[in-house]
Amino acid sequence: MFDSLTAETLARMQFAFTVSFHIIFPAFSIGLASYLATLNALWLRTRDETYLTLFTYWKKIFAVAFGMGVVSGIVMSYQFGTNWSVFSDKTGPVLGPLMAYEVLSAFFLEAGFLGIMLFGRERVGDKLHMFATAMVAFGTLMSATWILSVNSWMQTPAGYSINELGQFIPEDWWQIVFNPSFPYRLVHMVLAAFLTTALVVGGVGGLHLLRDKTDKPARRMFSMAMWMLVFVAPIQILAGDAHGLNTLEHQPVKIMAMEGHYDSHPDGAPLILFGIPNPEERRIDYAIEIPNLSSLILKHDLNAPMEGLDTVADEDIPPVAIVFWSFRIMVGLGFAMLGLGAWSLWHRFRGQLYDARLLQRAAIVMGPMGFVAVLAGWVTTEVGRQPFTVYGLLRTSDSLAPIAAPAVAASLIAFIIVYFFIFGAGTFYLLRMMNKRPDTPHLGLRDGPVRAAGIAQMHHGDSDTNLGQ
Amino acid sequence: MVIELSFIWAGIIAFAVLTYVILDGFDLGVGILFPLARNETEKATMMNSIAPIWDGNETWLVLGGGGLFAVFPLAYAVVMPALYIPIILMLLALIFRGVAFEYRWRTERWKPVWDAGFFGGSLIAAFMQGIALGALVQGIEVTDRAYSGGWWDWLSLFSVLTGFAVVIGYALLGATWINLKTEHRLQAQMQRYAVFLGIGTLGFMGVVSLLTPFQNPDYFQRWFNLPGSAFSVIVPGCVLLMAWLLFSSLKAGKDATPFFASLGLFVLCFIGIGISFYPNIVPPSLTIVEAAAPDSSLKFALVGTVVLVPLILAYTAYAYWVFRGKVDPEEGYH
Ligand code: HDD
Ligand code: HEM
Ligand code: HEM
Repeated sequence: MFDSLTAETLARMQFAFTVSFHIIFPAFSIGLASYLATLNALWLRTRDETYLTLFTYWKKIFAVAFGMGVVSGIVMSYQFGTNWSVFSDKTGPVLGPLMAYEVLSAFFLEAGFLGIMLFGRERVGDKLHMFATAMVAFGTLMSATWILSVNSWMQTPAGYSINELGQFIPEDWWQIVFNPSFPYRLVHMVLAAFLTTALVVGGVGGLHLLRDKTDKPARRMFSMAMWMLVFVAPIQILAGDAHGLNTLEHQPVKIMAMEGHYDSHPDGAPLILFGIPNPEERRIDYAIEIPNLSSLILKHDLNAPMEGLDTVADEDIPPVAIVFWSFRIMVGLGFAMLGLGAWSLWHRFRGQLYDARLLQRAAIVMGPMGFVAVLAGWVTTEVGRQPFTVYGLLRTSDSLAPIAAPAVAASLIAFIIVYFFIFGAGTFYLLRMMNKRPDTPHLGLRDGPVRAAGIAQMHHGDSDTNLGQ
Repeated sequence: MVIELSFIWAGIIAFAVLTYVILDGFDLGVGILFPLARNETEKATMMNSIAPIWDGNETWLVLGGGGLFAVFPLAYAVVMPALYIPIILMLLALIFRGVAFEYRWRTERWKPVWDAGFFGGSLIAAFMQGIALGALVQGIEVTDRAYSGGWWDWLSLFSVLTGFAVVIGYALLGATWINLKTEHRLQAQMQRYAVFLGIGTLGFMGVVSLLTPFQNPDYFQRWFNLPGSAFSVIVPGCVLLMAWLLFSSLKAGKDATPFFASLGLFVLCFIGIGISFYPNIVPPSLTIVEAAAPDSSLKFALVGTVVLVPLILAYTAYAYWVFRGKVDPEEGYH
């Protein structure tokens, strides 16, 4: 058991662990930053207090989530070097500049304007504050663009040559940035972030509506979130389908694993809905399948032949079971989101959106599901690309840094302890903030500028304890 | 052309690292001095003096790392495994410190925990950065484009010494920053501490400078032959000037001058290190030219850098301007 824990396995576990934690926060902060910009713009245009209440409410939640995204992200950017130094040496010439652009055009923008967005409304006035809020939102989208270009290049490399040292040398930057899978991955991920945020906002709205259906800010956010689902969930399903076709073209082995196609199907492949992958026997046990549907979806022809994993060399096959399951979780949740949106539409047209208690309960249950779908999607993408870090060109086992297993093991354990402690506490605070009514002025303990003219100082301690919990 | 581009880039990376050191230096310093706050108001004041800007300051660290990956991938690939433990510890410390800004306002019972995290995280991050610096000065063993030393090589008396030096230096930056941003008791206390920290910083600078040439005979050569020897006269002269400026302005109760004098000391140290390293990027043997990425990477990244870095500097300056003046402990959105 333990001799299988090589430095490579440990480094992979560490990367998977830290990046999975990291992606949770961007998935939320990308969507939330745009939502905040929208709320602020609506407040400035309509001067309807409800929008301002919502802005202030979600702003504080954003600050906590964003902070967690920043600190977990800084770890990522150094991990390439500490654990995957050979990978860094070889891909640095291509990927490094893209990541440098991410820092220059996205991280600085977010960080530079975040302070003004959070603390500066009184100091800079409405217009500049709106500008700062928009810049933060724009920064998160830029960041997604660059990092997804990086990741997509690793999936579908283009525009490079390889020199005598084995380094990837950039030849055509346009092809590198806009590599074949990048547009699909960008659209799919940004929509995923919007859906994730809509589900959280909808869940929080549902919670407060269940407690008091006249709660105005809760009504507003619930309605906004449900509209978001109605529009974005179907687009996401279409985008996911297009993404799959693109993957079939560039990474057919990944699709074989996702679909569970161990065998080739010369006259049309079935769509396996469920089943238990059995890697030893190379088949799917207890498969429930619809004949020829996979060929129809992927090739738009019922009888199109499809190759299976039997055509692939053993050492090039990704772990099928993980990919098979994670893909189904993501797709299942996608349809559940669509269903929630449709259900809300039905209630809305009957004028009962705020009375539909079952719908509101369902929205609460779906609240965290965006995160689950995002993680499942990334697991599909990343595990399905194994055993390569640069698809077809650089193996994961050839990417590793010359570090000793005990060092990686010790740091992995340290990361696990620290992450569960820090992000556990953070999640607890986030949930506690979301549990407060949107119009409570004090979400945390010391909330809102407590400028009780001059006497603030002496009452400080008291006001803290009063507001607690 | 290769040579020129890679040297331009060495300059840019050096600029990013220096900017990081002085900007995050003072806010890590505030964290190191945090336990000196007597009550909640003083704690809030110290925290709020950096709350709107710390994230931007730390982004320069990401640029230093990301930039190295982009334009000197080999240096990045060699240094990170060599400094594995200090870097991981620094990252973990930065996590504790980064979340404290928000978490401490979200709880009453656990506030002491996050305050301790803020202090401990700042202290350890600073110490690890100092150790990393010392380990770099000692030199990193490279064979066949990979790090070939052990994973404890970074630890030595010298690197521990540089670790302490950076902690004290950052604390000086922090103290003069708080002096700039606060009033009353806290300001008076920081003025007093800044004197001691100033003396400590100069002492460490002296000791480290004396020991540096012994880490590697090449350093000796660079300092005592032209053109380096010209700097051997100028740099210490400037250091004395900055030291005088620091102590006299502290005595006169000035707000801003002590802070800028401390920044000046850091810039001078940095120039000194630059002279010792040049033309290596990773002593003792990896040169700037060897480590550089191919021209096409350097050019592509340079275009954006030339346009974006001035913009970044402009809006960063604007953000500092928005939050200028003494901190009002009651301001903030928490
Ligand atoms: C689709 C979006 C996405 C993905 C896949 C990633 N990130 Fe990320 N990252 C963001 C979207 C984002 C963000 C939304 O832009 C964050 C979240 C909070 C923040 O400050 O920016 C961020 C923060 C963030 C930071 C802190 C920036 C700062 O100091 O402000 C770093 C260094 C990274 N990320 C690096 C990475 C690396 C190395 C990744 C891959 C392995 C990665 N991110 C995946
Ligand atoms: C953010 C969401 C992401 C998640 C949840 C994720 C998840 C994973 C997982 C689970 C693995 C391990 C696969 C295995 O070992 O079988 C992996 C590998 C890897 N990923 Fe990602 N990934 C994400 C994004 C990225 C991005 C954006 C990049 C590039 C910038 C990236 C770079 C890598 C690399 C270099 C590996 C190779 C190391 C390895 O195989 O463990 N990942 N990722
Ligand atoms: C039911 C409809 C969906 C389909 C058909 C679909 C399809 C896909 C496919 C084929 C991939 C793998 C891409 C690759 O080959 O690398 C993928 C990845 C991914 N999916 Fe989905 N997806 C769906 C719904 C969702 C939903 C609802 C979410 C989240 C809210 C989501 C989030 C992701 C993420 C984050 C990735 C990884 C990034 C990427 O490669 O784009 N997906 N999806």
